[in-house]
Amino acid sequence: MSSHLHLEKLNKNYEDLKALNNLTFDAHQGQLISLVGVNGSGKTTLLRIIAGLDLPNNGKIIFNGKELNINDLRKIATLVFQKSIMFNTTVFKNVSFGLKVRGVDSKKIRNKVFDSLSSVSLQGFDSKKASNLSGGEQQRVALVRAFIIEPQILLLDEPTANLDPSNAIIIENMIKKILERKSCIIVMATHNLHQARRLSSFIAHLHYGRIIEFSKSEKFFAQPENKITQKFVSGELQF
Amino acid sequence: MFETFIEAIHQAIILIWKGDPEVFSIAIRSLSVSGLATLLSCLWGLPIALGLALSSFRGKKLIRGFFNAMLGVPTVALGLILYLLLSKSGPLGIFQLLYTPLGISIGQSLLITPIVVSFAASAIESTDIGVKDLARTLGASRFQTDLAVMHESTWGIILAIVASFSRAFAELGVAIMIGGNIRYVTRVLTTSIALETARGEIAFSIALTIILMIIVFSLTFIINFLRRT
Repeated sequence: MSSHLHLEKLNKNYEDLKALNNLTFDAHQGQLISLVGVNGSGKTTLLRIIAGLDLPNNGKIIFNGKELNINDLRKIATLVFQKSIMFNTTVFKNVSFGLKVRGVDSKKIRNKVFDSLSSVSLQGFDSKKASNLSGGEQQRVALVRAFIIEPQILLLDEPTANLDPSNAIIIENMIKKILERKSCIIVMATHNLHQARRLSSFIAHLHYGRIIEFSKSEKFFAQPENKITQKFVSGELQF
Repeated sequence: MFETFIEAIHQAIILIWKGDPEVFSIAIRSLSVSGLATLLSCLWGLPIALGLALSSFRGKKLIRGFFNAMLGVPTVALGLILYLLLSKSGPLGIFQLLYTPLGISIGQSLLITPIVVSFAASAIESTDIGVKDLARTLGASRFQTDLAVMHESTWGIILAIVASFSRAFAELGVAIMIGGNIRYVTRVLTTSIALETARGEIAFSIALTIILMIIVFSLTFIINFLRRT
């Protein structure tokens, strides 16, 4: 059965600021939904709520027909942060963390970690200290660390921000490979419209915590319905 | 004056070099008394530090403030309070801890508990907030998340323990008031230094001071070395 994520009227307030305002959308297994919008539009807030790291003030998150709470979400969703955070230990221990806390057998962990590191050209990096790796390598480790636990929802918060173009392409290719397997729903926040165009099934434009445009990638760029989105896509949006 | 000082250092080195039994028994007693004090303070101090750093509850700031304020408690004041509690007619007199090495250890453990609590709690709190989020998003339970955060702050906690030991090892007030500086029983480095200096046995005092300094500096050096490697 194909997984289905439904967000219904999510609201999140930070004192007077409405970070999310009656936000509703759907995503299906094998799709990549890009969240675009200016800084402060609510992209990261939304990702953190889907990841079960923050609570919405109200609204529902429904997965395969079942409303999920914060603990359920943490079991099925995982977030790759914009700034790759590494545990102060080796690459192996970083990548194996999610499997270890799930009680996976240590032999199986070893095999999976080595296979995963090889798949992203990080073979031989297992015993290196993760914090000593370059930004691009750390982001690869972060992505492998998230995907190795086989999440049903993979959340990416600007995964290529702060990376040089060659590392950004490596990360994009990793995301494409994950996407090809059609094993999970991917929700990605990005400022890079070209990247969103290349990778997304659907693009959601967030503006002051609301989705003002949600359409297929091609349509989003060719014929956006919302006037603000039209300006956003053409680079004319002024603040 | 300078010549006397040089002569005293010379004698001190001979005392250490020849392995004077009294000097070494005092040093070993100091290590064991303060070591036990550190162990005891960690036994209750670390769980308190973890609780303060990793959970939020009403009165947390008050407790934190209490331990921070207790960092500067004068050792003589604590020694006096403990003396009154442990003396024969005191409420804890039945335990007969006054003038015993165990009594000094307990006194010192109370003295250094605020250091363990405040320093370890700060070390845990200063761990990148992202580590907590990272552990959670990878599916860790509350307990597993706390373990991950603790693991990240291991060196901070070790430094808190070392600082506590150094404080216990170098303090005088509690050791002299609870221990009474009894030869071969409760005499430790600091109480001996005070006594021998008062008696004019400067060489002996300097020998003990050198040992005191070597132990404290070696410990700090070893920890810093391990931390770097």
